Amino acid sequence: MTESARRQVAGRAIPVPGNDIDTDRIIPARFLKTVTNEGLGLHAFEDARKHDPEHPFNQKAYEGASVLVAGINFGCGSSREHAPESLKQWGIKAIVGASFGEIFFGNCTMLGIPCLRIDNEDVLWLQRAIGRDPKQPVTVDVEKQEVRVSDRVIKGVIPDGARNQLVSGAWNPTGVLLEAGDAIEATAKRLPYVSGF
Amino acid sequence: MPSSLLDKVWDAHTVRTLPSGSTQLLIGLHLIHEVTSPQAFQALRELKVPVRMPARTFATLDHIIPTTAQQRPFADEVAEEMTVHLTRNAQQSGVPFFGLDSGKQGIVHVIGPELGLTQPGMTIACGDSHTSTHGAVGAIAFGIGTSQVRDVLATQCLAMAKPKLRQVRVDGALARGVYAKDVILAIIRTLGVNGGVGYAYEYAGPVVDRMTMEERLTLCNMSIEGGARFGYVNPDQTTYDYLRGRPYAPQGAAFDRAVTWWQGMASDPEARYDDVKRLDGSAIPPMVTWGINPGQSVGVGERLPNPETAPEQERATYREGLAHMGFEAGQPIAGAKIDVVFIGSCTNSRISDLRVAAAVAKGNRVAKGVRAIVVPGSQQVAKVAEAEGLHEVFREAGFEWRNAGCSMCLGMNDDKLRGREMSASTSNRNFIGRQGSPTGRTLLMSPAMAAAAALNGAVTDVREMLQPTSGR
Ligand code: SF4
Repeated sequence: MTESARRQVAGRAIPVPGNDIDTDRIIPARFLKTVTNEGLGLHAFEDARKHDPEHPFNQKAYEGASVLVAGINFGCGSSREHAPESLKQWGIKAIVGASFGEIFFGNCTMLGIPCLRIDNEDVLWLQRAIGRDPKQPVTVDVEKQEVRVSDRVIKGVIPDGARNQLVSGAWNPTGVLLEAGDAIEATAKRLPYVSGF
Repeated sequence: MPSSLLDKVWDAHTVRTLPSGSTQLLIGLHLIHEVTSPQAFQALRELKVPVRMPARTFATLDHIIPTTAQQRPFADEVAEEMTVHLTRNAQQSGVPFFGLDSGKQGIVHVIGPELGLTQPGMTIACGDSHTSTHGAVGAIAFGIGTSQVRDVLATQCLAMAKPKLRQVRVDGALARGVYAKDVILAIIRTLGVNGGVGYAYEYAGPVVDRMTMEERLTLCNMSIEGGARFGYVNPDQTTYDYLRGRPYAPQGAAFDRAVTWWQGMASDPEARYDDVKRLDGSAIPPMVTWGINPGQSVGVGERLPNPETAPEQERATYREGLAHMGFEAGQPIAGAKIDVVFIGSCTNSRISDLRVAAAVAKGNRVAKGVRAIVVPGSQQVAKVAEAEGLHEVFREAGFEWRNAGCSMCLGMNDDKLRGREMSASTSNRNFIGRQGSPTGRTLLMSPAMAAAAALNGAVTDVREMLQPTSGR
């Protein structure tokens, strides 16, 4: 088991209510005008926070939270990895949601952030529970595909490929992909559009 | 066993199955732009790994470049810095680069097909969610994040899980004044903005069969707005006719050999689908979005829905949409006042889009107080449009004619909404803040509808302008 293994994440949680929260909302495009990832964490939900003083990312009670609890289709839209990167820099280490935008889900996995899918009713229950007591610890168990809070265990799903990568610590696949060696060139050569029609 | 294009392309590009269970998938064509690539090149430098197959990656500038004055250095220092980074990264790694002086620069999803880089049977990846566009020629094309851009640069591969496959059939025939944009908005409205999560969409049926390649590009472009990371159309004669003679397409006898291979990659008639959805194309009207995601749309003749009667899960987003837009449930969308019109983006900035918009604009005037801009998708689109005099048609009607780029689709350059301005836009996203103003408002529609909105200063059924007398 390596240091990078993501078997579970435990900490306080922050609810982000609402469905279809897109990556433009998580990080507006003007903050993508950069050639590095520096400082992205400062701008997570920037416009939403300005518009709504009650936005969870504005509330002291949720400072230091590491588990984000979202609704349906969280992270839909743009492929910008700046979105999960900004959440990660803000302190988010795991996300629980009713469903996720697919590219966002993949990007989170690549950054070592597990995304656990649970039923929407459970999301709503969990968001209310955290709202009542923001200090209570929440555990996202990647291996068991569940989230635990006080005496409740909520079962969820992390698809096999992502889960195996996270649990084994191989969520950054560059090394594994490189291990294929010459098989990469061999596969390319079999394609007539690479070798010439 | 009969198989689908997805199966065949996936198998042909599988290097191996990874320990995690994912596929190590070879990427045949990799496209990059200035926004999602600099951190990937930086990661490569840190890993001390070279670009594995530089000849299979192509770079262009689109997201941040100004569409007005383009002298270097750009007035916007960050835009200049990003341009310098991309240019240098491409040069140092041997990646072909279509810069501003190439005559081939443009929105990455416009130039790929236009140059013939995009071909049937390929796997295509790009650090941009609208990469699904390229599926129109019969490729498996999908958006990736920057860490995956790093992986493709370093290994020409990705670790991917194979999606499920849904066939989306559009039957019947489109009415006059109804375009591919309306079809995809209708599909997203029907199947939902997250209906396609986990799926690739294979678009089929008589309406899709009859579409031109540019219409298919529009259709596949917005797959991701319906949650589907992949969307494709099987290659057919329309595809081959489109590709023949394009600079990066096979030439001469090789082209005919390519066609044979391409035909073999199309889905077999008996191919299996995880499910099939059908829409009646004849019933699709010109569509307009009224809210804050591309699924919140109505036909131009309809009224806005009431959140209280919407499906329960949708209610909060409906309310939020109405509140952001300043609309009331039950009001007609026709007549909604417009401040800005944007004709452009990887959805609708190709020559056929500009021709349709110009035909509506010709001889008319943009309404007083409306700011209207036309941004061609590429330098080549601009060249053809100018040769046809379309730029003059637009200018005479009071539209601004700009240089190629993403522009007001996402407002990373100076082309932004201001304050609460309401735009009629041919782009693909009406998300809050998308067009550069946190309080700005976006109505998505076809180029014909956007041109009509410009002339009337309000949402208008373009069919009334296309056929003032005929009954058809
Ligand atoms: S035109 Fe818009 S959607 Fe298309 S690539 Fe550019 S920013 Fe993205």
